[in-house]
Amino acid sequence: MISVHLILFLAFGAVALAGAINLLAQTHPINSALSLIAVMAALAGEYLLLGAEFVAAVQVIVYAGAVMVLFVFTIMLLNAGVEENTKGSKVAIMFGVPGVLIGSLLVAWVVLRHSGTEAVAAGALPGSPKTLGSLLFHEFLLPFEITSILILIAIMGAVVLASKPPTSPAAPTLTEVVD
Amino acid sequence: MVPLSYYLVLSGILFACGVAGFLIKRNIITIFMSIELMLNGVNLSFVAFAAHWHALAGQVFVFFVMVVAAAEAAVGLAIIIAVYRTRETLNVDQVNLLKL
Amino acid sequence: MPIWIYILSSVIKSALVLFILLTAVAYTVWLERKVVGHMQNRWGPTRVGPFGLLQPAADGIKFLFKEDLTPPHVYKPLFLAAPLIAVIFALTSIAVIPFGNSIRLFGYDIPLQIADVNTGLLLILGITSIGVYGVALAGWSSNNKYSLLGGLRASAQMVSYEISLGLSLVGVLILSGSLSLREIVDAQGGHFWGFIPHWNIFTQPIGFFCYLMAAYAETNRIPFDLPEAETELVAGYHTEYSAMKFAMFFMAEYANMITVACLATLLFFGGWHGPIFGPILLQDLLPVFWFAAKIFVFLFVYIWVRGTLPRFRYDQLMAFGWKFLLPLALVNLIATAIAVAW
Repeated sequence: MISVHLILFLAFGAVALAGAINLLAQTHPINSALSLIAVMAALAGEYLLLGAEFVAAVQVIVYAGAVMVLFVFTIMLLNAGVEENTKGSKVAIMFGVPGVLIGSLLVAWVVLRHSGTEAVAAGALPGSPKTLGSLLFHEFLLPFEITSILILIAIMGAVVLASKPPTSPAAPTLTEVVD
Repeated sequence: MVPLSYYLVLSGILFACGVAGFLIKRNIITIFMSIELMLNGVNLSFVAFAAHWHALAGQVFVFFVMVVAAAEAAVGLAIIIAVYRTRETLNVDQVNLLKL
Repeated sequence: MPIWIYILSSVIKSALVLFILLTAVAYTVWLERKVVGHMQNRWGPTRVGPFGLLQPAADGIKFLFKEDLTPPHVYKPLFLAAPLIAVIFALTSIAVIPFGNSIRLFGYDIPLQIADVNTGLLLILGITSIGVYGVALAGWSSNNKYSLLGGLRASAQMVSYEISLGLSLVGVLILSGSLSLREIVDAQGGHFWGFIPHWNIFTQPIGFFCYLMAAYAETNRIPFDLPEAETELVAGYHTEYSAMKFAMFFMAEYANMITVACLATLLFFGGWHGPIFGPILLQDLLPVFWFAAKIFVFLFVYIWVRGTLPRFRYDQLMAFGWKFLLPLALVNLIATAIAVAW
């Protein structure tokens, strides 16, 4: 029963969970960002276990290597400091953490109770770039083209939103200097 | 052999951590990162189901989720920069007036 | 082959490759100083050993003995972790690079590659993406406005040129049909018309140009080295680093150079293909020799460009990456796709 597959799954899963809990526990956003990067890397390992090699590579290149770089840039540019403990956040922690804990335990119990013993083999469905590419260009062509338009809209929106306002009479802040 | 339900439980716990972060944290950027954590949890369940039912469409859907997450991160961070410029704070509790 | 032979050969290969890579990094520094020196009509290092060949050893001893200063206001965990991240990911990408065909030893066929992964090219792109964090976190954790700006500029530059890097590789991908580095090299065997080798440089010249420019920008070398030039921004993201941590950033940069040279040979210059002759063991080792010779040519071109060209200003650099190189790589991709589909 204890196979290498199970050990690797538990190892990557433990890293992912530790990263997720660390994201909640840390007060400085840069530490949360780094733990999120650890979660993404662990999930890339999980995808490899499931045979999705291309998805794992794209997870590392796009998610951990570009989206998180964007987050880290913003934290550095805005000089985000340690976050404060306001009254609202204390209430949220008092009710939120047990609530979410109970909710997730409930979901886990239901899933584990109602599932059979069917197992997912390691590398069950090799997702090679060739097969994924043919799917993307044949069955999922319309969503593919629409997502490219979505990215174009996102780029234009981000450039417009983050650009300098037309008049800035005060002394330039760090964000304006770097822009 | 790892049962499918183990993957689903891990995905569910990651999603729950994302929801908890979204509700508990007070820094806008950390809230955003909790959203990304939720999306990652969902991606894991997509890939697990794709492997279980031998349907590659699950992995293709992960692409679309990643693309949407990237676009949303870009626009959202631009909004955060714009909000920081006017309000000079990243604490959501202090961004509660429509006009300064 | 049995599993213990596989593990033993992998461990020996990893140790050997790591040792050779670190020595190559040290001697690339020596090569750079000598070549740039001769280009500037002076000798370069000559005193330490014959032709200054022991200079890297002297430099290494100097770095070990220098005072390792940690300024008081830095954010310590990231300050210590950033050079580690840079070095680890610079040295990891050598794991998927094949140096030759198999070598026949003790009755086993041992491939000259540490890990033959199906998606080897994507792995290298991924490792390059993660290497950006070393630079960004170094700049931020130093708690110094010059380091912060230098680190942000360097990481913005690296992220921008990653796109052109990836797109220039897709042209090669279309021609070879596989992401595995070994299969890309195998697709370049054979000759056109008897004597021109079937290398991708002849079928993908624009792709090669895009790759070279993007790689120079990724490794922060002249003409794209504004973020770390000594006359700009003090010293960029490694201002506050001294002794061994600074040496680690240096090692990471030169290891990235060597990885780029390896990839360029594998993808565009036929990898280890070259004239083969002699007894069996020599036949197995000659491809490694041709591979090393081609890498040496690339490193020489890197150093030649460094000694010759001035550096770009930052806005010129970003404009070049986004407004020229990216459309050029896209045009190359479309042209290759049309040519293959016909």
